[in-house]
Amino acid sequence: MNLTLKIWRQKDTSSKGQMVDYKVTEISEHMSFLEMMDVLNEQLVNSGEEPVAFDHDCREGICGMCSMYINGEAHGPDRGITTCQLHMRMFNDGDTITIEPFRAAAFPVIKDLVVDRTSFDRIQHAGGYISVNTSGNTQDANAIPISKHAADEAMDAATCIGCGACVATCKNSSAMLFVGAKVSQYALLPQGQVEAADRVQNMVAQMDLEGFGNCTNTGACEVECPKGISLDNIARMNRELMKASI
Amino acid sequence: MGGFFKSSIGRKVAMALSAFFLMFFLIMHLSVNLLSLFSEDAFNTASHFMGTNPVVQFALQPVLIIGVVFHFVMGFILELKNRKAQGVSYAKNNGAANSTWMSRNMIYSGIAILAFILLHFIDFWIPEINTKYVLGDMSGMHDGSLRYYHELVEKFHNPLRVGAYVVAFIFLGLHLAHGFTSAFQSMGSTAGRKKALQNFGKIYSIAIPLGFIVIALFHHLFNNH
Repeated sequence: MNLTLKIWRQKDTSSKGQMVDYKVTEISEHMSFLEMMDVLNEQLVNSGEEPVAFDHDCREGICGMCSMYINGEAHGPDRGITTCQLHMRMFNDGDTITIEPFRAAAFPVIKDLVVDRTSFDRIQHAGGYISVNTSGNTQDANAIPISKHAADEAMDAATCIGCGACVATCKNSSAMLFVGAKVSQYALLPQGQVEAADRVQNMVAQMDLEGFGNCTNTGACEVECPKGISLDNIARMNRELMKASI
Repeated sequence: MGGFFKSSIGRKVAMALSAFFLMFFLIMHLSVNLLSLFSEDAFNTASHFMGTNPVVQFALQPVLIIGVVFHFVMGFILELKNRKAQGVSYAKNNGAANSTWMSRNMIYSGIAILAFILLHFIDFWIPEINTKYVLGDMSGMHDGSLRYYHELVEKFHNPLRVGAYVVAFIFLGLHLAHGFTSAFQSMGSTAGRKKALQNFGKIYSIAIPLGFIVIALFHHLFNNH
């Protein structure tokens, strides 16, 4: 298929970016979206132009690196996927595809489609862990009784890959689905409950400090999340913060 | 607790708490107004009670005013913060793919409701406060009978006002369609995500505005003397 691509080009964080049009031809419908981008970049390199910078790593939907806002949706027009799992068969021959970086004040553009998501790392550092001493005296995990329900919910929350699609999609650039998932995966388990109050307070404080917006419960994040993280995690985070503050 | 209400989540909770109070108030207000469809006397008696009862006047009314003002001011503050958090806008953004129009446009339905409240204050609240607390007439009387019903009917003579009320209530319905379940989510309850409460929210967000619309149209069409 032959496509027209409208791609955001920006030299670096401080320079002003703009949309630039490109044409790609003979794109196979079996290609992933990133492979299509590779074809474009080969074309650009061969003609002596600067290739389009974009994030990618595992290319199998588990690392959370590939971003891109494609035709007005984070990771493009499909559900439960990252951009590397988006296939060109979702598009038609002759389509014009708009490709932009994830937008949020807390995700500044580094170059072209690459954004700085280290704000997520700093939120994790603020409390997304448990302080268990594992040097030589690790307890058998099965010795701690955990209900099936809690284990399943914690596991579902832990599938968050921190890609930032929730923030990119949210009209308020809120990070509450991400932080809600991280808070929940520990709050649901006995090992995490010991530090639950400090964790939620510190992570929410860091989230606010990074300049993410406020959740207005539109539910867009849950729809666009490649891992299907539930809005219930945001409700749980709200409960946890209330509990910790009273 | 001071830190809590400064946090993003604390502000959501405060929005939800004021929303719950306002949603309860709407039920009360509609209940009294519905009486006007059936009995002039019942409506007058209920209005006189609400207008003179010290608990309603000096406990509920100040809470209501604070609740309304807080909900609007905090709504605007959060909207501004959220716009700042957004940074550069997308060239192409397909919001309809993942969320409802109502949920994305609470600020606009809210502004429409605010405009309505200003009109409503000029229509009813300011004359009421003026009669009672400036002129000192606590009787609620007009030509020997309670004035409330007469006042209501008179206000709905003007088709422009009736039209403005109807449009405002449609916006109220749109605001409630998202706001009702959203308030539960903000309070940390997943009940708003369950079918039962979602259905109740739908009924509530249609029934309340529709009730007010019916009252306005009824007095305009059938009681226009």
